[in-house]
Amino acid sequence: MSELRPELQKICEWIEPGSRVLDLGCGDGELLEWLQKNRQVTGYGVEIDQQNVLSCLKKNINIIQTDLDAGLTDFADASFDYVIMTQALQALHRPDKTLDEMLRVGHKSIVTFPNFGLWKCRLYLSLKGRMPVSKALPAQWYDTKNIHLCTVNDFENFCAQRSMTISKRGIVDYNHRPSALMKLWPNLFGEVALYQLDEKKNAI
Amino acid sequence: MINITTQSVGLVEPKTMHFDEALSLVCGKVLEQYDIVYETYGTLNAKADNAVLVCHALSADHHAAGYHSKEDVKPGWWDICIGPGKPIDTDKFFVVSPCNLGHCSGSTGPRSINPDTSKAYGQDFPMMTVVDWVNYQQRLADKLGIAQWAAVAGGSLGGMQALQWAIQFPDKLRHAIVIASAPKLSAQNIAFNAVARQAIMNDPDFHDGRYYDFDTVPSNGLKVARMLGHITYLSDDAMGDKFGRELKNEQLNYDYGVEFQVESYLRYQGESFASRFDANTYLLMTKALDYFDPAEEEGGDLSAVFKKVKAKFFLASFTTDWRFSPERSKEIVSALTDANRDVSYLEFESNHGHDAFLVANDDYTDALKAYMQNIEVSA
Repeated sequence: MSELRPELQKICEWIEPGSRVLDLGCGDGELLEWLQKNRQVTGYGVEIDQQNVLSCLKKNINIIQTDLDAGLTDFADASFDYVIMTQALQALHRPDKTLDEMLRVGHKSIVTFPNFGLWKCRLYLSLKGRMPVSKALPAQWYDTKNIHLCTVNDFENFCAQRSMTISKRGIVDYNHRPSALMKLWPNLFGEVALYQLDEKKNAI
Repeated sequence: MINITTQSVGLVEPKTMHFDEALSLVCGKVLEQYDIVYETYGTLNAKADNAVLVCHALSADHHAAGYHSKEDVKPGWWDICIGPGKPIDTDKFFVVSPCNLGHCSGSTGPRSINPDTSKAYGQDFPMMTVVDWVNYQQRLADKLGIAQWAAVAGGSLGGMQALQWAIQFPDKLRHAIVIASAPKLSAQNIAFNAVARQAIMNDPDFHDGRYYDFDTVPSNGLKVARMLGHITYLSDDAMGDKFGRELKNEQLNYDYGVEFQVESYLRYQGESFASRFDANTYLLMTKALDYFDPAEEEGGDLSAVFKKVKAKFFLASFTTDWRFSPERSKEIVSALTDANRDVSYLEFESNHGHDAFLVANDDYTDALKAYMQNIEVSA
């Protein structure tokens, strides 16, 4: 598992072996490949980028090339144990609608995003007066794919408003460092936020 | 003279297999005996587990790759995908490409002599369906010593045969490659076919399909049918790019002759097709398309039909294909995911319309190659 980036490792810990998984915006397919080999999951990756799709084919995982913004209408209600979407929420035109679709299609949904409430982002904006640019979010305001950035608090407020039940939360950084600060003040010190959403029960 | 590259299967020769075992057909009739013409490329391995069946579409035939002679202008219809180092790599796979029953390129069809009457079958040749084709292809596999195909592949009507294989003989193939295809024709698709058939059948030279006896051919009808079909194979963009409103002559003549280049092109396409293709075969092939509807056995529920499928699927469509649009492929993908089957689906940018599956395009050939490379075969 150590070859995977920290947030993906966390997801691998959450997924029950043998599950049926839909990985939205699966990139080059590394998570699904790992889950197939080590957790015996079945399922599909969904990706739009041609080079990523080609990488998935080479990894021998089921890949469906389609635009997430067009919805998940090709997938039936409650047809997956897990619907996963890593680092794609902030790049969608209507992340709220896609989250609704994830909850429709999956029994459990796992979503990860870069936390824009991170102290570095706040400091950058307050000191420089400019949109934060970092290693994790390297693009400029005009050419970034990340058009709907949010903070840990934003996301949790959103879930509460929409009666979405958060059953698991994970906060990690890009370099694997354990941090008490991150646990205490996730919105200030968490670099990447992970959530597992259920329709009901097991809320934290 | 053509320049045969190292990525070509080179010069190929069609073979003929005779079948004496009667073939019962969906239409209720029986074909007592028949010939199948086919080509093969590559070498069948010792375990016979590297065979790929390639199925042709409406107007193509068994000549899928390579050249028949050094004087040939064009290679087989899927030469972009079949050959050494190509997506269906003939260094790895043994490719079998038959000419379907009812066709006019050598396999038994309406133009063949009916042994009962010693005359050409004409419209006495029984109606063919995709199910019947899969049945004769299965017999051909038996005769060639192939118990299970590594893959069955095709585009358009050929893709329908690959789909039907997975349903009809789930244990006899490991992969189905379905490109620019559809799970059944739409009303619009059937309507286009109906007009094409009317053009042929209303030609005074048609003689109820017995035109062979009158030493004539309904070539005007067949030309119009092909012109109509050809429009549905191209995209609006491709036609616009190629012809726009370009004139045939320097100025407009204000008469009913050919004014625009696109008219001239369509006439040329119609004429060249009519000179090589049999009108009864065109009628029969369009009917086979119309009848195709594998979901019918489950009351229209395609995913229920796919529950028994074991093959892994590779599906692909092209953005400007309006004959079998990406949405039609997605119907198949959706039914396969509902049935929890293995499937990959790709949608390629192309302005070549339905014909895109026959046109070289790196995204398309790279993806098919990547998929085919993962198909396991013994040494």
